[in-house]
Amino acid sequence: MTAPPPIAMLAELTHRCPLSCPYCSNPVELARLDQELDTETWARVFREAADLGVLQLHLSGGEPASRRDLTHLVRAARDAGLYTNLITSGIGLSQQRLAELDEAGLDHVQLSLQGTNPEMADEIGGYKGGFKRKMQVAEWIGAIGFPLTLNVVLHRRNLHQLPRALEMAVEMGARRIEVATVQFHGWALQNRDALMPTREQAKEAMATVAQARKDLKGTLVVDFVPADYHDDFPKRCMGGWGTSGLNVAPDGEVLPCHAAQSIPHMTFDNVREKPLKDIWYKSSSFNAYRGTEWMQEPCQSCDRKTVDFGGCRCQAMAIVGDASATDPVCIKSPHHAALQAQADAHSAKVDAPLTYRVGPVKAREPVT
Amino acid sequence: MLATEVPAIPRGVRLHFDRVRDAWVLLAPERAVTLDPIGHAILSEVDGRRSFGEIIKELAAKYNAPADQIQADSGGFLDALCNRRFLDVVT
Repeated sequence: MTAPPPIAMLAELTHRCPLSCPYCSNPVELARLDQELDTETWARVFREAADLGVLQLHLSGGEPASRRDLTHLVRAARDAGLYTNLITSGIGLSQQRLAELDEAGLDHVQLSLQGTNPEMADEIGGYKGGFKRKMQVAEWIGAIGFPLTLNVVLHRRNLHQLPRALEMAVEMGARRIEVATVQFHGWALQNRDALMPTREQAKEAMATVAQARKDLKGTLVVDFVPADYHDDFPKRCMGGWGTSGLNVAPDGEVLPCHAAQSIPHMTFDNVREKPLKDIWYKSSSFNAYRGTEWMQEPCQSCDRKTVDFGGCRCQAMAIVGDASATDPVCIKSPHHAALQAQADAHSAKVDAPLTYRVGPVKAREPVT
Repeated sequence: MLATEVPAIPRGVRLHFDRVRDAWVLLAPERAVTLDPIGHAILSEVDGRRSFGEIIKELAAKYNAPADQIQADSGGFLDALCNRRFLDVVT
């Protein structure tokens, strides 16, 4: 099949991060020494992305502010013609640095919220004083006038704070809030006992979001990712594999989604060796699950096969052990009932401790 | 959108020519909206000073098209942009 050009690119500038959230989407094998791409290589990748058709660039990590050359990278992205979005915890951003980012042309900031008070936020982020600092950074963002999206990951421990998170978004002047119930990839997969929402909580989040969308229409846009394991239909992951977005990891590996490295037989091309265009259109990883030909039953004969594309490949891998299988969230999957029972069991582990993300202690930023 | 209302494109939203797809798009926080010729023509006129009604009048003259037709075609589109916070109404 012929793939359309990608619209969005997630640039994971670094895996380094001062926080250690137990649901971090970075790979669990962070101990491996990242050879982060240098400034010039990223700038080239941004130009290649724009030539390929990417419109939206998300600068993420880890914590992208951990890169000392962040301002240069933002300028390079804008010079390439990309809409440039910074996804940050706020830690590492000073008033001076935000002014520099403004000057460099940063279009938008997405600020993550781990909780709505210091007790919750600092415990989940594993970083004392983080909440206070974040509130200060939010003020600076507002003073400069950056368009702001607040993002909050919901799980069993903090889901009751959703109403307050919505209020905070309005108070901060955010135009949008992204409310994502935790998805179980990366570190979150190891924390299912501690983080799995109960079925009632999953419903509660849906109802709160539905009400907020009515009440805040025209003021705050509420984007919502519902709880996964409790659902009956899988998510249209990445809008379909290799159809709209791509990720570049800190070391230059290009991934169809941020969790793709959890599929063991898959190999990935690197921007150090190949042009982005060749990787997007020709690589085995991007072509692996494009279209519908790779699908098994019950997906192959299902009328939803071009609606959700069989769900998430990484989840099929993690739960069923086969990346081509139907996402077990689907009610038609033979593993659906077991997954739902598993979800209930995880959510009943009331006292389960958090396993914090461990950072790539040896990762280095290249000297340029 | 009422003819008396003044639309304005807020910070962080901009028109962009997508050279790869050969089309105008509206770039906004984490979204890209493909524009049809009418959408592009209207947003190109939005300057935060003139009302929707004035913009329609100008476009009607420029393209020799009936004003009420343009209003009908574009009012809902602009309302949808407002609801997505991609467009402000200044008072």
